[in-house]
Amino acid sequence: MKRGFWLWAAGLATYAFLYVPLAVVVLFSFNDSELNASWVGFTTRWYGKLLGDADLLQAAANSLLIAIVSSTIATVLGTMAGIALHRWRPPLLPFLVLTPVAMPEILLGVSLLLFFRQVLDLTLGLFSILAAHITFSLGFVAIIVRARLAGMDESIFEAARDLGATPWRTFTRVTFPLIVPGIVAGFLMSFTLSIDDFVITFFVAGVGVTTLPLQIYSLIKVAVTPEVNAISTLLMALTLTLIALALRFAPETLRKSA
Amino acid sequence: MPASSSRTDRSARLTRWLVTLPPALFLVVFFLIPALIMAAASFREPGEFGGLAPLAERGFSLDAYRFVLDDVIYAWILAKSFAVAGLTTLLCLVLAYPLAVLIVRSPKRRRDLLVLLVILPFASNFLIRIYAWMIILGPLDLLYSPVAVIVGMVYVHLPFMILPLYTNLEKHDPALLEAAQDLGAGGWARFWCVTWPLSLPGVLSGSALVFIPVLGMFAVPELLGGTGDLLIGNLIKEQFLDNRDWPLGAALSLLLTLAVLAVAGLSSALTRNRGQM
Repeated sequence: MKRGFWLWAAGLATYAFLYVPLAVVVLFSFNDSELNASWVGFTTRWYGKLLGDADLLQAAANSLLIAIVSSTIATVLGTMAGIALHRWRPPLLPFLVLTPVAMPEILLGVSLLLFFRQVLDLTLGLFSILAAHITFSLGFVAIIVRARLAGMDESIFEAARDLGATPWRTFTRVTFPLIVPGIVAGFLMSFTLSIDDFVITFFVAGVGVTTLPLQIYSLIKVAVTPEVNAISTLLMALTLTLIALALRFAPETLRKSA
Repeated sequence: MPASSSRTDRSARLTRWLVTLPPALFLVVFFLIPALIMAAASFREPGEFGGLAPLAERGFSLDAYRFVLDDVIYAWILAKSFAVAGLTTLLCLVLAYPLAVLIVRSPKRRRDLLVLLVILPFASNFLIRIYAWMIILGPLDLLYSPVAVIVGMVYVHLPFMILPLYTNLEKHDPALLEAAQDLGAGGWARFWCVTWPLSLPGVLSGSALVFIPVLGMFAVPELLGGTGDLLIGNLIKEQFLDNRDWPLGAALSLLLTLAVLAVAGLSSALTRNRGQM
């Protein structure tokens, strides 16, 4: 009994460690004070201030556009890669797909910066950000889709073939409908990764285009302000919604990712 | 019959290429080629106004590496990065282990919820999670200190340790613990002789998942640390964005890559070893 008690105490302390800092951010986003020091009174004025911040709104619009486009392309390419990995096990493809997922983000960021500036002599901006985001999201989609395929009974594909279905028909009528939940989960995952990404975007964004995380970075580098708490709270609400959707479409991804 | 079977063969081969090639080509262009260019850039000379000097004029050189080897500060910062990554991994393990055990011992229907509760904070933006500690540590006078860097690193990477540990612990056969108990083993003996050795693959993969990203992290030291708390990631960032000495930045990136490969290789070798035992 005593052992159980200590286990619970340690576990609860860790959950508190995970949640208290975020709760503080949310709490102070409603605090009627310039300083994040003590509670003064309830206000929603920081949220109002956000709506008047043109730079921030532009950054949010950029982030949304980049997330939609990059996660759509990453989902198509990632699904293809996931199918190829499962079906044919081509050499080198696992290395190409998994390394960008596993290596420290800064390495992908600086190598893409070098590539875009030195080799392509490209002005950094929307294109370089999109290409970078697709590169790191693709692998996650491929892993999720492959996991979905690996969990399926191979005999259904054989049955479709035995019944005279062409490979294309087998794909559209059997394989695709079965992996849709994985594809949706992969899309939501890449969307979240893209809209949250700071490190890689930081290197490939250049000066012209800014995203929400880059904007947040430049704000918190200077000072801690209640405005940042308000953006943070809104972003957390958005992420929670996306996770709820992902769980609804593909509850098994939770167990797979664990 | 042979004609038609060769036609399906051909179409199967075509499908295979049509599906495999687009993602493979994309990754060759945007991951493999940039990685190789980075390796090559470390052997070039810096340009007059940043970037790389023209290859025709200055050619290849080992200057960037000579520079790194000559100044002891680089070895010191690399060592410090390893120390920070090691300490972060250890603290994550100490925090994650009891929680993972707790989740596994909970009733089955509650486990998914407890795992979700681990993932949720991790899904909020990375900068927000760092910012939260700026608010908390500021009034405590701990902001911009080595303590703040470690706290931030642990906070940002903790779920990477909890999830693989939980996945491993979940697979343990409870009969083993019962057998140990029947044979008279106490709580600690059961843990050290049964649970801990069996959980080592989970500990190792969790450690690699924490150690590797911490090794290359620049945002946490930059936002939570003082000027003396910079790590290898900050040096790389400085060379590419502030100093604009790209060959030096590329050489440091290559060193980081080698360090990461060594850690990943060690972790998978250790895991394989345990598998054979």
